[in-house]
Amino acid sequence: MRVSSSKRRNSFARGGVAFALVAAFAAAISGAGSTATAAEPSETQRLEFSRDVRPILSDHCFACHGPDPEERAADLRLDVPESLFAEIGGVQWIVPGKPEQSELWARIDHADEDMRMPPADSGKSLEAAERALIRRWIEEGAEWQEHWAFTTPTRPALPAIPDGYRVSGPIDRFVAARLDQQGLPQSSEADPRTLVRRYSETLVGLPPSEREVAKFSAAYVENPDRACAELVDRLLASPRYGERMAIYWFDLVRFADTVGYHGDQEHVIDPYRDYVIQAFNNNLPFDRFTAEQLAGDLLPEATLEQKIASGYNRILQTSHEGGVQQKEYLAKYSADRVRNFGSVWLGMTVACAECHDHKYDPLPQRDFYRLAAFFADIDDLQSFDGRDRSPTRREPEIEVPSPAGPRRTMVTEAIAARPIRVLHRGDWMDELGEIVEPGVPMMFAPLETEGRATRLDLARWVTRPDHPLTARVFVNRLWKLCFGRGLATSLEDFGSQGQPPTHPELLDWLACEFVDSGWDTKHVLRLMVLSATFRQSSLESAELRERDPHNQWLARQGRPRLDAELIRDNALAISGLLTLELDGVSARPYQPEGYYSQLNFPKRSYVVDEDANQYRRGVYVHWQRSFLHPMLKAFDAPSREECTAERAVSNTPQAALVLLNDPTFLEASRQYAERIVREGGTETDPRLRWAWRTALSREADERELELLRKLYEQDRAEFQLDPRAAFELLQTGMAPAAEELAAVELAAWTSVARAIFNLNEFVTRN
Amino acid sequence: MSITDPLQIARRTFLRRTGTGLGSIALANLLHPDLRGASAAPNQPGIVGFPNRPPRVKRVIFLYMSGGPSHLETFDYKPKLAELNDQPMPESYTQGQPIAQLQGAQLKCLGPQTKFQRYGQSGQEISDFLPWTAKLADDIAIVRSMTTDQINHDPAHTLMNTGTSISGRPSIGSWVTYGLGSESQDLPGFVVLTSQGGRNPQPISSRQWHSGFLPSRYQGMEFYASGDPVHYVRNPRGITSERQRRLVDTVHALNRVRDEVVDNPEIATRIASYEMAFRMQTSVPGLMDLSDEPQHVLDMYGTQGGDGSFASNCLLARRLAEKGVRFIQLYHRGWDHHGDLVRYMDTCCGLTDKPTWALLTDLKQRGMLDDTLIIWGGEFGRTPMFQGKGSTAGRDHHIKGFSMWLAGGGIRGGTTYGATDELGYNAVQDVAHVRDLHATLLHQLGIDHDRLTYKFQGLDFRLTGVEEARVLKALLN
Repeated sequence: MRVSSSKRRNSFARGGVAFALVAAFAAAISGAGSTATAAEPSETQRLEFSRDVRPILSDHCFACHGPDPEERAADLRLDVPESLFAEIGGVQWIVPGKPEQSELWARIDHADEDMRMPPADSGKSLEAAERALIRRWIEEGAEWQEHWAFTTPTRPALPAIPDGYRVSGPIDRFVAARLDQQGLPQSSEADPRTLVRRYSETLVGLPPSEREVAKFSAAYVENPDRACAELVDRLLASPRYGERMAIYWFDLVRFADTVGYHGDQEHVIDPYRDYVIQAFNNNLPFDRFTAEQLAGDLLPEATLEQKIASGYNRILQTSHEGGVQQKEYLAKYSADRVRNFGSVWLGMTVACAECHDHKYDPLPQRDFYRLAAFFADIDDLQSFDGRDRSPTRREPEIEVPSPAGPRRTMVTEAIAARPIRVLHRGDWMDELGEIVEPGVPMMFAPLETEGRATRLDLARWVTRPDHPLTARVFVNRLWKLCFGRGLATSLEDFGSQGQPPTHPELLDWLACEFVDSGWDTKHVLRLMVLSATFRQSSLESAELRERDPHNQWLARQGRPRLDAELIRDNALAISGLLTLELDGVSARPYQPEGYYSQLNFPKRSYVVDEDANQYRRGVYVHWQRSFLHPMLKAFDAPSREECTAERAVSNTPQAALVLLNDPTFLEASRQYAERIVREGGTETDPRLRWAWRTALSREADERELELLRKLYEQDRAEFQLDPRAAFELLQTGMAPAAEELAAVELAAWTSVARAIFNLNEFVTRN
Repeated sequence: MSITDPLQIARRTFLRRTGTGLGSIALANLLHPDLRGASAAPNQPGIVGFPNRPPRVKRVIFLYMSGGPSHLETFDYKPKLAELNDQPMPESYTQGQPIAQLQGAQLKCLGPQTKFQRYGQSGQEISDFLPWTAKLADDIAIVRSMTTDQINHDPAHTLMNTGTSISGRPSIGSWVTYGLGSESQDLPGFVVLTSQGGRNPQPISSRQWHSGFLPSRYQGMEFYASGDPVHYVRNPRGITSERQRRLVDTVHALNRVRDEVVDNPEIATRIASYEMAFRMQTSVPGLMDLSDEPQHVLDMYGTQGGDGSFASNCLLARRLAEKGVRFIQLYHRGWDHHGDLVRYMDTCCGLTDKPTWALLTDLKQRGMLDDTLIIWGGEFGRTPMFQGKGSTAGRDHHIKGFSMWLAGGGIRGGTTYGATDELGYNAVQDVAHVRDLHATLLHQLGIDHDRLTYKFQGLDFRLTGVEEARVLKALLN
C-alpha cells in the first residue's frame, strides 16, 4: 500500500544562513543507497557526507569550527557549505576531487604537530582511518549533504525484493535489501511459543496465559500470518496495551508523583497518568495527543480530559524549599520545559543553548529563549505557595470526578505571559538581555501567526505533516520498543552528534506512513510487529555475532531485557496476584523500611498498600523522584528528573538481590507455589513441567527438569527437618497462605518458583 | 562450580550500553569481541589509560557536612565582623547579590559567635567549636576561598557532587569508580553512609550519589545503619545461607543449560552478578558488625557501633577503606543553622569533631592516611549577616566565600589557602570554585580532569564541565 505524500510540502527548511545552499547541493546528492556504516564504509561504495563524513567533522571540529560564533576559530565553519567550499584569503578549504589542493586535508595531515588539526590541546585527534575517509570523500568529489534529520522526509520507493528473503510488507523490503547488500541471511522465523510471548511482552508487557499460548499455537499451524494478525489485534485492543506504552511516555515527559527538588513532596497528578493510558488505548492520534498535553487549556471549549492533559506542563521538577529565589526558579522551570520539549518532540539536545549557541547544531542561544517564551504564560507563581506539606498544593489544580470520590490534579491555566529575556550565560540575575517573543528555531521557516504565538501554535507546528523531526523521532522510538534498539541509535539526539540511522529510507518511509495514517500509533506498531523482521528468531550465530555484533542490520530479532516495571508485572501475573485495575491513585508496594528517612519538610513514612492496590502494575507504582523504589532503581528505571528516551540496561548484584530477596518476589513465589500444587497435577514431574511451561511459555528439557527436581527434593527434605523455616518462609507478604496445603510442600515449591523467577530467561524477551 | 568474573560484569555492562547505542566509544578497546570470555581478574577494572598520571592516593573519603556549616565559626576568623556586630551590613557587599531566606529583610552584621586560636606548628586558626580538629592543624590544608553558584540546598548539593546543578549527571564517586574501577572483591566501589543531628536536617536525595548517564554499576550504594545495611541483602525468613547457596547454584546451572541454546553473553554476566550478590550477603553484614573492633578503637571514635552516628560511620569508613572501596562519602545532616547557631554548632561539632580526628588518626596509625584523600566541607557557607530564626542568632546560606579542608596523601598539611574579605563575604584571594576542588581531587587520584570524559547525547561530558578548572597546586606537596 502506498499512501500519497502530497500533503507534505518541503517548505520546512528556512532560507537562512545554514540552509541557503540546500537546494543547490541537493541536486548533487547521490541517491544511491549504500551498504556502509559510519564505522566501516565499504571500499566500493561511494561515501556519503551525512553518514560518513559529517559525524567525524562534528565530533572533532565543530566545537571550534561550528555553529557557535563565540568559540569559532579562524572564522572557519565546517558545518555549512558556503564556508567549507569558499575561497577565503587565497585559501580553499576543500577543492572537490583534489585533496592535495584542499587546505582541510593539508591541516589534518600536517607533519608538524603544531600545525596539525585538531590541535593537541583540544584533547581530540583524528585516527588514520578517519583522515582517510575525509580524503576519500574529497577525492570522490566532496558532495555536501544537508543533515539528514533537518529535511522533510519523503516517502522513498520500495526496494526490490532480493531472492531468499521472507517479506511480508514494506518494512521487510527495506531490511532485506540491506541484508542482501551485506550478504547476511535472514534468520528463520521464531517458533510460535516464542512468538506469542514476544508479542505479549512487546505490546502489553505481560506474559501470555497458557490458554493464549495454546490458542495461538493451534491457529499458527493453520495459518501463521492470520494467527499473528489476530493476536496482534487482540493485544492492541487490550487495556493492558495503554499501560505498557504509558511507561515509555512517562520516561519521556518525566512523569512522577513528587516534586523532585529538596523536600520532594508529593504533588497531585494521578488523573494525568490515567489520561495517558487512555490516550494510548483509544489510539488518540499523536498530533492531538501532542496538542492536548502542550496546550489542552488553549483548545476551544477544552474538555475535562484536555485540561487534565495540560498537566504535562506542570510535572517538571519544582522546589518548595524555603528561601528559593522565585526569579531563579522561574528560569529553571522555563529551561526545563524547553529541554523536555526539545527531547520529546524534536529529538534534539537543546540544553547547551541555555548558556551559549549550540556547538554542533544550528541552534543559537536566542532560539532557546524564543522557545521558552511559548511557555511564559504558565502560572508558576501560585506554585511557590505550597511548602512543607505533602502533598503540596500547586495551583492551578482542578477536581476530577472519579468513582472513589473527587481527585485533584494539576493543570495549565494560561495567564498573561511574563517577559522572557535571553540570559547571558544562562544567568538568571541578568537583566540586560533582549526580550524575545515566542518563535521556533531559526533553522526552520518562521511560524506565521496572528499576534503572539501560543503553545497551541507550537503544538500544531511540531505536528505539521512536513515537520522533519517529530514523526521520525517518534517512529524511531516505537521501533526501539519492538526491536530493542532504534534505527537511529541515538533516540534522544537527531542532531549532528547523533548516530545517523542504519536504514535511513526505512525510517523516512515509516515517518511518512505515520503522518499519512493520521499519526496512527497502533497502525505503525502493527506494521512493525507483523513484519517478517520482527518475527525472526533472536538466536545469534557465532558468525552473525562476528559480522554484526550490535545487530544493526537486523538479521535476527533483538533480545532486550524487560523493563523494571514489567519484571514485577510478570512475577505478579504468573503468581496470580496481579490486580488488573485501570485508573486511580498510585500504588505502594512493599519497600524497605526507613528508605524515606532522609526526606524532610515534612518527614514522611511510606505506608504500604494493604489492599489490592499492592498488586497493581508497575506503571501505577508511586514514583518518588529522589528515592525511587529500590526494585525499580535496581532494574534501571529512571528518576524522571529529565527526559529519558532510552533506559540504561545494567546487570548488577543489586538487581540479583531484588529478585532473590525482595518480599514482592518472595510472595509471588509462594503464591505461585500454591498454583503449582493446585493446578499442576499431583505428581512431582508434571508439576515441575507445569511450573516451567506456565512461567516461561515453553517446555522444560530433561536437564532442566533434573536440576529443578533436585532443588525441590533437597529443599523439601530440609524443610521436613525444619518445619519452622517452612512456616516462616510462607509468612512473607500479606496474601494469606493456604492453610489446607502442607507448609513443607509449599515451601519446597516456593524454592522452585524462586529459581524460575531468577532465571535470565525470566527477565529477557526472546 | 561457579563462574566469578567481575571483569565480565564491567565489560558486559559497557557492551549492553553501547549495544543499545548510548554509551560510546572511548572504550572501543573494551568492546572488541575478542575480549569476551577473558579470564578472571582480581578486581573490577577502570578504563584503560587511567590513572593517566602517577596517583598520589588510592581512595577518597569525603566528610560531607550537609546543610552548609558556617565558615565564620570554624576556619575563617573575622575580627572586623565582630566590630560591626549588629551594625547594618554595608550595602556594597550585598547589592544585587543572590540571597536565600533573607530576601527583603534588613541586613545586619553578626560577629563570630566563638573564639579562635592558633594551633600546631603551622599556627592555623581554628575555632573553639572544633577542639579535636584543632589537633590536626598540621595535617589539614584549609581552603578559605571556596565559592559555589547555587544558593539553595538541593541544587548546591548537586553542584558539589556532580559539577552542575542540572539533574542527571554522574556524581564524583561515580566518575572515580568509572575511571579507576574498584579494588574490592565483594563490595561496591562507591559507598555512602549518612547520619544526622543538628538543626532541621535537610533532605538529601539519592541523586547526590547517582551515576547519571554512566552505567548504573557506578552508582553509589547507600549502607543503612538500621534495618538491612543494603537493600535486600538479608536472606528471606526461613532461608538459610546453605539454602540460598543451593538456589543460586541451581539458577546458575539452569542459566548455563539455556546458554547452550541461546548463546547469550548476558548470561555469563548475570551469573557473575549473582555470585557478587551472594558474597555481599555475607560481606556486608560482616563489615557493618563492629563487634570485632577492640574497645580502645571504639572509644577513640566515641561509638559502640551500629547506631548510625557519624562516629560509627567514620569507623565504618576506615573498614571500607581497608576493604578496597574507592570512594566513601559520609553525609552528616544538621548544619543548616538559620537560627540558634551556637546551640546547633555545639550539637553538630559535638557529633562530628572527635570522630573526624579519630578517623584521621586511625588511618595514620595504620599507614593508610598517606594513600587516602580526606575532604571536609558542605555545599556552601553562611552569611556574615544575622538571621533571626529560633531564639538566638543564626546565619543564612552563603555562596561567595566559605571554607573546606583537605588532608591525606600528597596534601601539604598546615596550609591555609585563599582568603575572604574582612567581613567574610566574598572570596577575594586565590578564589577556588567547586570545580577546582573536583580537579584537585581527580589529580590526587592520578586523573587529569579534562581527560576523563564520557560521551552522552553526542557530547563529551566531564566532571568539571565546560568552564575552566584548575588543580589547587598550593595545597599539594
